[in-house]
Amino acid sequence: MALAAIYSLFIINKSGGLIYYKDYGSAGRMDTNDSLRLASLWHSMHAISQQLSPTPGCTGIDLLQAHNFDLHCFQSLTGTKFFVVCETGAPNMEMLLKVIYELYTDFVLKNPFYEMEMPIRCELFDLNLAQVIQKDRVALLGR
Amino acid sequence: MPPLTPPKSGDALFASVDRVNAELFTLTYGAIVRQLLTDLEEVEEVNKQLDQMGYNMGTRLVDEFLAKSNVSRCVDFKETADVIAKLGFKMFLGVTATVTKWDAEGTSCSFVLEDNPLVDFVDLPDTCQGLQYCNVLSGVIRGALEMVSMKTEVTWVRDMLRGDDAYEMRVKLIKQVPEEYPYKDDD
Repeated sequence: MALAAIYSLFIINKSGGLIYYKDYGSAGRMDTNDSLRLASLWHSMHAISQQLSPTPGCTGIDLLQAHNFDLHCFQSLTGTKFFVVCETGAPNMEMLLKVIYELYTDFVLKNPFYEMEMPIRCELFDLNLAQVIQKDRVALLGR
Repeated sequence: MPPLTPPKSGDALFASVDRVNAELFTLTYGAIVRQLLTDLEEVEEVNKQLDQMGYNMGTRLVDEFLAKSNVSRCVDFKETADVIAKLGFKMFLGVTATVTKWDAEGTSCSFVLEDNPLVDFVDLPDTCQGLQYCNVLSGVIRGALEMVSMKTEVTWVRDMLRGDDAYEMRVKLIKQVPEEYPYKDDD
């Protein structure tokens, strides 16, 4: 029985709009409206955390640990945020987010028909993302 | 805190990306400029289009650069200029630029290119005086910097195709526009 280490992946643009959502496994599946709402919620929380910081130069929330899930977030210097909701204690999520960022720069940004800041509808991105997640899953279970 | 991977050097970066035949690159760019001249006829219009094309490319290139090079946020515009000259140009054009002629406030500088792969074999005819052949590069820098919250103005100062001894771009930081927070205090 393959356990999904990752429950879902979100990508939000610099204005907080959801441009990509993928869920893995039925746990934590949500419909379009919920995912949109969650994305803008996260965008706001991320921004507020920078204002709450007691020291200057805070770049936002990297990790949210809850009772039965973790949320890892990566924000590029251009403001695009990539975050995964995963099992508590799932390892190497930051590496995974960096790999997904590279896939984004390759298959989304280099696609001349992709409009910046718009929802991602690039087959090559989906394909390569699925491969990366699969490889990640195999590596985790193979231990 | 996740361990921070160190940023790559220019040569390591250049070696790690896929490369294309230099002639193909030069010919493709030349074909674009020629086609624009045929379609638009006005040299000024072509300059504007090249800049616009460069802008669109720059907005996409910057994430690629950030993902592959692992650079962290630059502390000031001086560091930004160095990163562009040593890493950015190296990664995409295979050449490094030198950063010179800083102004007193540190918001304006020149990138000097001795070597420019866009212009190999190019000779500007008399009918195209006023054409900024490499204007795509100024657009790329402007677009890339805008995506990291810096509004800049990029102009060409020296152009070897016009008889100067090097290629020199003047980059001026107009202002930093940090991301707007969703909640404003005075609302």
